[in-house]
Amino acid sequence: MSDIHPVTVPKWGLSMDRGVVAAWHRQPGDRVRKGEDLLDVESDKIANVVECPAAGILRRHVAAVGDVLPVGALLGVIADSDVPDAKIDALVAEFQANFVPIEAAAGGGPQPQVIQVGGKRVRYLAIGEGDDALLLLHGFGGDLNNWLFNQEPLAQGRTVYAVDLPGHGESDKRLETGDLDEYAACVTGFMDAVGLRAAHLVGHSMGAAVALRIAAGAPGRVRSLTLVCPAGLGAEINIDYLRGFAAANSRNLLKPLLAQLFANQELVNRQLVDDVLKYKRLEGVTEALDRTIAAQFEGGRQRSLLRDAVGLCPAQVIWGAEDRIIPPQQAEGLPASVPVHRIAGAGHMPHMEAAAEVNQLIASFVAGVA
Amino acid sequence: MARQISYQQAINEALRQEMERDPTVLVMGEDNAGGEGAPGERDAWGGVLGVTKGLYPQFPDRVLDTPISESGFIGAAIGAAAAGMRPVAELMFIDFMGVCFDQIFNQAAKFKYMFGGKAQTPVVIRTMVGAGLRAAGQHSQMLVNIFTHIPGLKVVCPATPYDAKGLLIQSIRDNDPVIFCEHKMLYGLLGDVPEESYAIPFGEANVVRDGKDVTIVTFGRMVHLSHEAAVTLAKAGIQCEVIDLRTTSPLDEDTVLESVGKTGRVVVVDESNPRCSIATDISSLIAQKAFGHLKAPIEMVTAPHTPVPFADSLEDLYIPSPAKIQAAVQRVVDYR
Repeated sequence: MSDIHPVTVPKWGLSMDRGVVAAWHRQPGDRVRKGEDLLDVESDKIANVVECPAAGILRRHVAAVGDVLPVGALLGVIADSDVPDAKIDALVAEFQANFVPIEAAAGGGPQPQVIQVGGKRVRYLAIGEGDDALLLLHGFGGDLNNWLFNQEPLAQGRTVYAVDLPGHGESDKRLETGDLDEYAACVTGFMDAVGLRAAHLVGHSMGAAVALRIAAGAPGRVRSLTLVCPAGLGAEINIDYLRGFAAANSRNLLKPLLAQLFANQELVNRQLVDDVLKYKRLEGVTEALDRTIAAQFEGGRQRSLLRDAVGLCPAQVIWGAEDRIIPPQQAEGLPASVPVHRIAGAGHMPHMEAAAEVNQLIASFVAGVA
Repeated sequence: MARQISYQQAINEALRQEMERDPTVLVMGEDNAGGEGAPGERDAWGGVLGVTKGLYPQFPDRVLDTPISESGFIGAAIGAAAAGMRPVAELMFIDFMGVCFDQIFNQAAKFKYMFGGKAQTPVVIRTMVGAGLRAAGQHSQMLVNIFTHIPGLKVVCPATPYDAKGLLIQSIRDNDPVIFCEHKMLYGLLGDVPEESYAIPFGEANVVRDGKDVTIVTFGRMVHLSHEAAVTLAKAGIQCEVIDLRTTSPLDEDTVLESVGKTGRVVVVDESNPRCSIATDISSLIAQKAFGHLKAPIEMVTAPHTPVPFADSLEDLYIPSPAKIQAAVQRVVDYR
């Protein structure tokens, strides 16, 4: 099976439940490289490219141009040339027999909720059930939707929470200081509010520094740490990106900045830029971001180094090899007990660019701790 | 899932949030407060279609009921703006604007220029535009172009609930007179709207849909009909880029020209009458600044050069339709 790769309808955004096949770029029999453009799919909001999930030969077009298919439905099959046709046919038949479309998010799917923490509004999304809890913390300028490709896959047998940090997403935009203490206090306050004594923390970028700050101050509340392209391990950071992001007020200014987040520039699509712009227009966001930069990155350097906190609980580091925001070299010199995973072909957002790989790393690490 | 509210609710929420934020914001217009047979004032109507409903009880001193005298209360709003307030006046239908052209064109639009930049006129005139409500020739016009022609005025035409809220907040905060054109057929349209306050800058078009074959430039209600046409055309393999201008003054030339540079084929969709319209304006912009990119003559889809008819069947024929837009796109694609 490992040499057969199904291509399925992706889910671009919470509200996407189906896609229309707009065009195939490659034909059956073509040799394809991993990451190259395979076909165009449209949702009611956007048209985008689906990329080859693996290298091989495109063996089947299962979906035809014009087909309207639910998220997760089979579009085509990639496999090596030595895989017999019968095996491909069997896979297609098996997939189609077992495929159950996920219910539309607009219908019954989990919806973000709002809770008060210290008199301020915090938005969060909880998916899954189970006593084992995992908490996802986004980075500077992000929100809970950054975990779109991770939250549901990680919610097998456990509850996975994604929060909007203060000043971000749809949480309260007021920040007192903007430093890591304030962010960490909000997260532990959130854990209190939803009745979480301890959780596995998965933090991205600044969210990883927040997780480290919690581990340093309250190690008992942290079952494990997964640090994705983390802040907090070294002084260097791409301050031009941070300042530019805080200042950008138009699509044309924002797009080249967001491009720095990804190794694959195709991911910086219209929808992504528009969503970030919508966030940036909200009242109080510019002030919150400016305050955060002043508190945490003044002088263009990371002010809080928390390397010592890495050893306080089981920890792993995941880093996109092509990260242009925080240099992956900062993972060097950590305790030998801390696994460091470099993700080739990913930039600062490996949980989006290489979601399947990152999900696998998190799931197996957390299972090992539990 | 973000919260969904209607275009009409989005406008109401923008007014409420700006009134809460800034004590100089006033709302004035016909039937905002009071009501038939009611003793004294009460929250009876909220304007002719209830857009301002609920504001009067919350801000009884700042929601003003006016006589049916557009020339009077539009002048009063402009005067209040020149004196330091931020009035939002509701002029029921843009068709009635004629009786107060002097106040708008010759006074509000000119103060900043004629007093050496020392005077500012932060007034917003909210008004309903467009055909489709079976309201005949005197209540159905799309006169956006007339105001776009006048330097000193800003002209805003939101197409979605999200844009309606963000553009109205920007309109209220803007220091120049703004004609805020609400399409009466969009009031019930639902869309994602953040509960928090936000402002959308003027002069920034919204690319509603990406495409590489044809650029459709449009605004207001026509954004939705153009999008519908684009979805149908995509099934035939024609990828349309749909640009919503959002504001016709100031105009986001860059987004239009950038798209034309990519596609080389243009359809402009404008609900107004065709002559001296936004359609002709955009066409001339492209002909002057992107001529070398054009692979086909520019097509315009507009209403005909007649008043809006009252007969249902004729009004339906009068308004640009997805079918007409598709046909125009097909013509620019087929041109050799």
